[in-house]
Amino acid sequence: MTTFIAAAGEINTGDTAWMLVATALVLLMTPALGLFYAGLVRSKNTLNTFMMCVGAIAVATITWALVGYSLAFDGDAKIIGGLGHAFLSGVGFEPRDGTTIPHLLFFAFQGTFCIITTALVAGAVVERMRFGPFLIFAALWSVLVYAVLAHWAFGGGWLAQQGTLDFAGGVPVEMGSGFSALAAALVVGARKDYGRQALLPHNAMYVLLGAGLLWFGWFGFNGGSGFTTGNSSVLAFTNTLLTPACTLLTWFVLDLMRSRQITAIGAATAIIVGCVGITPAGGFVSPIWAMVLGVIVALPCYAVVAYRPRTRVDETLDVLAAHGIAGLTGIVFIGLVAQQGWNGVADGLFYGDAGQLGSQLVAAVATPVYAFGMTYVLLRVLGALMPLRGSDTEEAIGMDIIHHGEEAYASGEGAILIRADMPTDGAPRVPEKV
Amino acid sequence: MKLVIGIVRPDKVNDVLAALYRAEVRGFSLSRVQGHGGELDRVETYRGVRVKMGLSDKARFEIAVSDEFVEPTIEALCDGGQTGEVGDGKIFVVPLERVIRIRSGETDDLAVTPVVT
Repeated sequence: MTTFIAAAGEINTGDTAWMLVATALVLLMTPALGLFYAGLVRSKNTLNTFMMCVGAIAVATITWALVGYSLAFDGDAKIIGGLGHAFLSGVGFEPRDGTTIPHLLFFAFQGTFCIITTALVAGAVVERMRFGPFLIFAALWSVLVYAVLAHWAFGGGWLAQQGTLDFAGGVPVEMGSGFSALAAALVVGARKDYGRQALLPHNAMYVLLGAGLLWFGWFGFNGGSGFTTGNSSVLAFTNTLLTPACTLLTWFVLDLMRSRQITAIGAATAIIVGCVGITPAGGFVSPIWAMVLGVIVALPCYAVVAYRPRTRVDETLDVLAAHGIAGLTGIVFIGLVAQQGWNGVADGLFYGDAGQLGSQLVAAVATPVYAFGMTYVLLRVLGALMPLRGSDTEEAIGMDIIHHGEEAYASGEGAILIRADMPTDGAPRVPEKV
Repeated sequence: MKLVIGIVRPDKVNDVLAALYRAEVRGFSLSRVQGHGGELDRVETYRGVRVKMGLSDKARFEIAVSDEFVEPTIEALCDGGQTGEVGDGKIFVVPLERVIRIRSGETDDLAVTPVVT
């Protein structure tokens, strides 16, 4: 990520201005993901699902500032960074090495990545995982999985050293969340009604709105990952428009072939898949290849989305398909069609360098193994210390009432104010007439 | 002929539907209602304001059946709707004076017997 930045040494105001905006754009993606996820669950779990994303903002921001950032971006050890930047030590206004933006801003931008990735994993365990254990899981995961993978790909770790190209996070964000989600779904287990009843999305409008806002935020996510206003950022930004559009149309065709109707939730899924596919490749492939990627990435993801519900694995919101598989496709695609003429860094197989494909394949194998393994162990240990999910009765009532004491669609009918001077003996009480 | 009214938990609706299907009871209406039985009130909090939710969401089945189907219908409702906790709901059985099928003008037992197709 830092390899292709030419001018360094002093702050560039244009770059800094863009990165300030890009950071805010990426943060918006987490509430957008909350909308996307909340629309996909049943109405009784709306708030809980959104709150998992909000919870990720709370937890991952803090772990990132305390140790996560340092472990990811301090030094270029192979496996994990140092603790030199723990508690934000030495993170100030001077430019971050290899960039022209303040170190503090670099930290904030990377922090928003850690947040959205942590929130993504929630999609595997919604509608049944208890909220408290989820927050603890999120805190540990953001350090043990995200920070490590971010170091490998972004922070000068072994993947970056052996030449893996990852523009905006195919390794830590997309494959990291996708394969962790599979492990989380296996450890936490399926919802009690999974496979017995049709568990349908309760609000397709939220899903579409969430996907739209995610796409909007993704321009900061990919467009900001060059840390400049230079060519690679412009390329990644433009590719973020091209790829998802091609994925959308491909998804339409696949929907038509499968069920003779083009579905709205399918379209929302396609937007995510396209954005994920171009995430690692954004600044490395030509716009036309980005469009081809949009078509190609739809195929394996559509297959996994269609196949997964037939299994016993309740990976509820298909994080593996939409992020893991799409991210993997993007990572491998770089190895095929990267063009030095466009990215100034490396060529892929089609342009004469088969070695680049090898570097990409190493990442495509190592990342899923680490993300899946670490998440599996982490949740097993956590599950031995505390119950990860509630009783069947609680699941039937819904997470919103059980964990938050609120309803997303409260009518207010029959609700009685509880005042301090009122006895609360459990009996319904009509306010006295004045 | 009786009208069997079953008020059950909304999350047991699918189980009740399956039980009714097994009992070969094919005609019914379902509506979402709010009500209060003997169950404990839920306390919810909105921006620090604590409220007691006096009404719970329930699903209301209305099933018009001929006399020999009354017991199977009641059994199906109990079978599908029971959790053993307070708040499982109630069944009311009321006599029916007349039933008319609008399409054909058939009345009474004929009208509550599903069309065999």
